[in-house]
Amino acid sequence: MVDARAVEKSFGDGPDRIHVLKQVNFQARTGEITMLVGPSGCGKTTLLSAVAGTLKIESGGIRVFDHDLEKMSNGALTRFRAKSIGFIFQQFNLIPTLTIAENVGVPLQIQGLSSGKALMRSREILDRVGLGNRWKDRPSKLSGGQQQRVAIARALVHEPPLVICDEPTAALDAQNGEIVLDLFRQVARSPERAVIIVTHDNRIFSYADRIARMDDGEIVEVREQSQEHAPHFEHEHAMTGD
Amino acid sequence: MIGLALKMLFGDTAKYLMLVAGLFFATFLIVQQASVFCGLMLWTTATLKNVAAPIFVVEERVEQVNETNPLRDTDVARIRSVSAVRWAMPLFSGIQRVRLDDGSFKTIQLVGIDAASFAGAPGRMVAGNLDDLRLPNTVVIDELATERLSSNPKDPKKKIKIGDRFEINDVEARVVGICKAMRSFTGGPYVWTTYERALQYTPPSRKMLSAVIAAPVAGMSVDDAAAQIEKVTGLRAYVNRDFGGNANDFNTSTVWWYVRNTGIPISFGTTVVIGFIVGVAIACQTFYSFVLDNLKHLGALKAMGMSNFRLSMMLICQAITVGIVGFGLGLLATAGFAKGALEHGQPPFCMPWQIPVIAFLVIQLICMLAALMGIIRLSLYEPAMVFRA
Repeated sequence: MVDARAVEKSFGDGPDRIHVLKQVNFQARTGEITMLVGPSGCGKTTLLSAVAGTLKIESGGIRVFDHDLEKMSNGALTRFRAKSIGFIFQQFNLIPTLTIAENVGVPLQIQGLSSGKALMRSREILDRVGLGNRWKDRPSKLSGGQQQRVAIARALVHEPPLVICDEPTAALDAQNGEIVLDLFRQVARSPERAVIIVTHDNRIFSYADRIARMDDGEIVEVREQSQEHAPHFEHEHAMTGD
Repeated sequence: MIGLALKMLFGDTAKYLMLVAGLFFATFLIVQQASVFCGLMLWTTATLKNVAAPIFVVEERVEQVNETNPLRDTDVARIRSVSAVRWAMPLFSGIQRVRLDDGSFKTIQLVGIDAASFAGAPGRMVAGNLDDLRLPNTVVIDELATERLSSNPKDPKKKIKIGDRFEINDVEARVVGICKAMRSFTGGPYVWTTYERALQYTPPSRKMLSAVIAAPVAGMSVDDAAAQIEKVTGLRAYVNRDFGGNANDFNTSTVWWYVRNTGIPISFGTTVVIGFIVGVAIACQTFYSFVLDNLKHLGALKAMGMSNFRLSMMLICQAITVGIVGFGLGLLATAGFAKGALEHGQPPFCMPWQIPVIAFLVIQLICMLAALMGIIRLSLYEPAMVFRA
């Protein structure tokens, strides 16, 4: 369970100071996909960074699976991220000089697993995302959707209890966005795992169990929705936000 | 993580080659110039190598072997009278002019040695007989002289051979032997004759004895014997060992004289410093650019839980790798240059083990500076920035 309480964060000093997070309360539960939505500049990526332990907050508290992030040292936070968090970035951030299997194995190598064992585990999870036969290819040989599937595999390979997704469909067309999200829901959803997705793409809202809407540094609405009655992906809808 | 670091490095072929090229040129400039400098300094001591006597006694103010103040002929007897001396023989050493068949002139390094003992004679004869040096108007020349003193150095058939004649200061000299010898600092070939004949070949002056070469009695060290000669005669007695820390060694004294009194070290030193600067400039700029290009990926690794220490180790591993490859290629190119230099006899080239070792450390220092710039840049990169597309 992720629980952020009264989180405050500003950037800059003096008259240039920007108050990005204002007393934000936010929860994400295991077994659910929580989406953090809102227009560009509303603070959702900042909140995601804070929850991921990559950004220090000024006040308030963030508790992630019994760990108080603000009380952890930098070293402990780094180890915590390596073990407990899977990351999916907007631009995939796959290393172009590595094969896709090597890319997927990076989180395991960060944890100290040998490259041979990491490669074996990577190939297993690449099978699950439908890229088992492409494990030797470089990312540049894959389409955007395939690269995002590799990024999903990389985020899940070390079986983290928290997966952080930053705009997972921003670099994909509608069809690929649907394929990736379908797959993501299949492989990422787990009773022991919380998934947080930051997006302003309203076409994928239907994949969420809970949607927290942000505006001007505050959570303005939290809505729960049943996946059984959730609307299907609608290709004709335009992106919202900037 | 080493594999990951190396794959990232080799994957960016252009920057990798640029880094290697920068370090290659830096290595080549540093090692080649330092080796040529050492070779040149070695040439300054050529007379000491070609006249292999354990002790050189010279006038008390003499600091180097190529510039001697003549002694009196009676000084030979004074030195012989020192109890520490087993033998002492006169030596003439000086630059003279040779007139060739076509009327042109060349300079030579004329060495006059004792006719009875041949103390100071060339060590390795390649043709002829050293004993023939006792015949009238005879000389032994080194291999370089066979080309330099010929009317057409490029024509092998015109090389000077045994029996050929030339004139030293208008006095006839007949070649009776050819030997191997180290090249002199001035580039002129070595020509040996007897001491008395050397005085005939040389324009007369009041004192003509360049040095007295000597050896210690059995059981006495060269240093002790030299010290005793100095004490008894008041002359300067140098030992002839090799360049090193001993200030009483004539090789060391000669080299340091050239270092102090000529612009040679500054000239070569400038090139070495330029090599260092070129290496630093190219390596640091390219490596920093490499880090900037990969900052997005390195930042992602940081966000995913890779520590600053491990990321720094990755950058250091990359820097060391390009350093080793660049240094290896630079050393290989220097070896090629050395092969050519040694085959053709010039330019001077001498690479003691200290040069590649120091050059390797300098190259690694350059690489560490480059890595440090990348590490600083990466440490300033907040992992949260990876979320900002």
